[in-house]
Amino acid sequence: MAKSPQTQLPLKAFGWAASDTSGILAPFHFSRRENGQNDVTLQILYCGVCHSDLHTLKNDWGFTTYPVVPGHEIVGVVTKIGNNVKNFKVGDKVGVGVIVESCKECECCQQDLESYCPKPVFTYNSPYYDGTRTQGGYSNFVVVHQRYVLRFPENLPLDAGAPLLCAGITVYSPMKYYGMTEAGKHLGVAGLGGLGHVAIKFAKAFGLKVTVISSSPNKEDEAIKRLGADSFLVSSDPAKMKASAAMGTMDYIIDTISAVHSLIPLLGLLKLNGKLVTVGLPNKPLELPIFPLVAGRKLVGGSNFGGIKETQEMLDFCGKHNISADIELIKMDHINTAMERLSKSDVKYRFVIDVANSFSSL
Amino acid sequence: MATQPQIQHPNKALGYAARDPSGLLSPFNFSRRETGEKDVAFKVLYCGICHSDLHMVKNEWGFSTYPLVPGHEVVGVVTEVGSKVEKFKVGDKVGVGCMVDSCRTCQNCAENLENYCPQFTLTYGAKHKDGSITYGGYSDSMVADEHFVVRIPEGLPLDAAAPLLCAGITVYSPLRYFALDKPGLHVGVVGLGGLGHVAVKFAKAFGAKVTVISTSPNKKEEAIQNLGADSFLISRDQDQMQGAMGTLDGIIDTVSAVHPLLPLIGLLKSHGKLVMVGAPEKPLEMPVIPLIMGRKIVAGSSIGGMKETQEMIDFAAEHNVKPDIEVIPIDYVNTAMERLHKADVKYRFVIDIGNTLKSTS
Repeated sequence: MAKSPQTQLPLKAFGWAASDTSGILAPFHFSRRENGQNDVTLQILYCGVCHSDLHTLKNDWGFTTYPVVPGHEIVGVVTKIGNNVKNFKVGDKVGVGVIVESCKECECCQQDLESYCPKPVFTYNSPYYDGTRTQGGYSNFVVVHQRYVLRFPENLPLDAGAPLLCAGITVYSPMKYYGMTEAGKHLGVAGLGGLGHVAIKFAKAFGLKVTVISSSPNKEDEAIKRLGADSFLVSSDPAKMKASAAMGTMDYIIDTISAVHSLIPLLGLLKLNGKLVTVGLPNKPLELPIFPLVAGRKLVGGSNFGGIKETQEMLDFCGKHNISADIELIKMDHINTAMERLSKSDVKYRFVIDVANSFSSL
Repeated sequence: MATQPQIQHPNKALGYAARDPSGLLSPFNFSRRETGEKDVAFKVLYCGICHSDLHMVKNEWGFSTYPLVPGHEVVGVVTEVGSKVEKFKVGDKVGVGCMVDSCRTCQNCAENLENYCPQFTLTYGAKHKDGSITYGGYSDSMVADEHFVVRIPEGLPLDAAAPLLCAGITVYSPLRYFALDKPGLHVGVVGLGGLGHVAVKFAKAFGAKVTVISTSPNKKEEAIQNLGADSFLISRDQDQMQGAMGTLDGIIDTVSAVHPLLPLIGLLKSHGKLVMVGAPEKPLEMPVIPLIMGRKIVAGSSIGGMKETQEMIDFAAEHNVKPDIEVIPIDYVNTAMERLHKADVKYRFVIDIGNTLKSTS
């Protein structure tokens, strides 16, 4: 006889889940595993709302299994540790990001590149080793293997720090890997949302000149006055982009746009040997012109969040440079409205759920 | 009044030119400039036929001007050097590739990347700084600034050396730049033509394991027995391609026809690199998710700078990397172009200019 979500595992848990492709979230009772020898249990204080959560809720990528509790920008406080856990103690402020397990044996895992492990277990909507499916941070607590738990820097605000666990690492990792950290170089940030706005902050910390490339002219003022971008290019008119003085001026571009779009105008903005790194996840292939790649020795690369060691490095970097996300804090019962607004990019720039203050104690 | 090609410059020259987009080549009298103080003039002995020559004679890229004397894989023997020439003397064996000039002042030129100079001058079909048209190597003589001339080392036969000047550098440069030149790596080569076969030879010389990816099953035996490739994948065979997923550190893609990138990206290991050296005229579809999931890259590369071209030729001589060629007389050139169009050559035609291009007067 199949076990129900509430009885599958020994510990009662509570969260909000979607049950079908409408993506509408509602209260959901489920269960989690006991805290094992290598595990850390954390009471969840905040959880960021990532666009991936929305894609998953609506099964945009075609591999959602319902019911699903999303959320992989989790910040909480340790309530229990296993016997083998040496790096955390009860009361520590910690975070959990996009993965909660990996094979630990492949070349990628051994090089601290768990995000490229061929057998990752994602924080939500993934099969776990015990036959259950992982459920994410829109819930009251989570139990995670210590290797995948991050220490939260003392001086970082817990709520505004939560989005760093996915949005932050997703732009930090490629900026390091593709060498986008040389002071004085010119970075284009395509798309000004959760990922884009954090990319600007990292870029300024690295000493880069930043141009925001966006289809929304009304974001210009914000981008320049508040986020510190040096200039702003409106991308909705490709002819205008092609004629602009910005062509051939950028050393690199981080493309955070997840809608399908042509790479032709963006490649034109790059200098010789320029790099365009795509971190958005469009559900169809993009149009790639080969001639500019060949004539300018340019490249298009991908990047997938980041390994745990690098995520910790990124958090520490944020602690040192006082970088956190610009957020709108909401209570859990506002989540469905937030998802609608997110689908229209109507947020500056990340919703964060005040989980601890949303659930009455169970 | 436009100056006639024959009298524009002081030194008479004879070549073969296309007069119109039919692309048919025929004898053409023109002239070359006086050997300037930095110039090297040489008698042309051999010239490789590059697929670009075919595109240009037929104006497929839309910027050909006629009459057009193609040829940018030019090899010969020095007949005269200018007073300030330091690297060459009469009698030296030399070559000229795809460029005969660049601005010499920009950042790219300063970094030995003349091929990326926004003002580089193509060996044929372009304009010199003095406004005259450049004529290529399907001719009896050439003159070029010594900076754009390379020495052909002793160990290389001159006819086989010619294709290195374009095909050779075009694949050597990205193998180096994208770090696919380390022993033990597994490199794929897509397309087995002029560029592809040289890519196989260079990759083997670098110590790589090489897999050829081709649409033609009949090229398999050649690839493995003669070129030294370690394995061969038929790109239309889904099972074969599936079986090789995630095995390649890098791929050099020499195919200029439109073709799908998804299966090639799938062949790459994580962190693998797909480098395009052929340039399809239409954009291709690039699936983003496999790129992201494996932190892979798709990049391009175009010929190489002069310093690297010399390095490449010296490497080829040292490691016995010799293109496989079919030597032809000049009057076979139109037939050769037709056969090239059908990829009917193993793997580069080289015109024996020295012995067969003779003035009829």
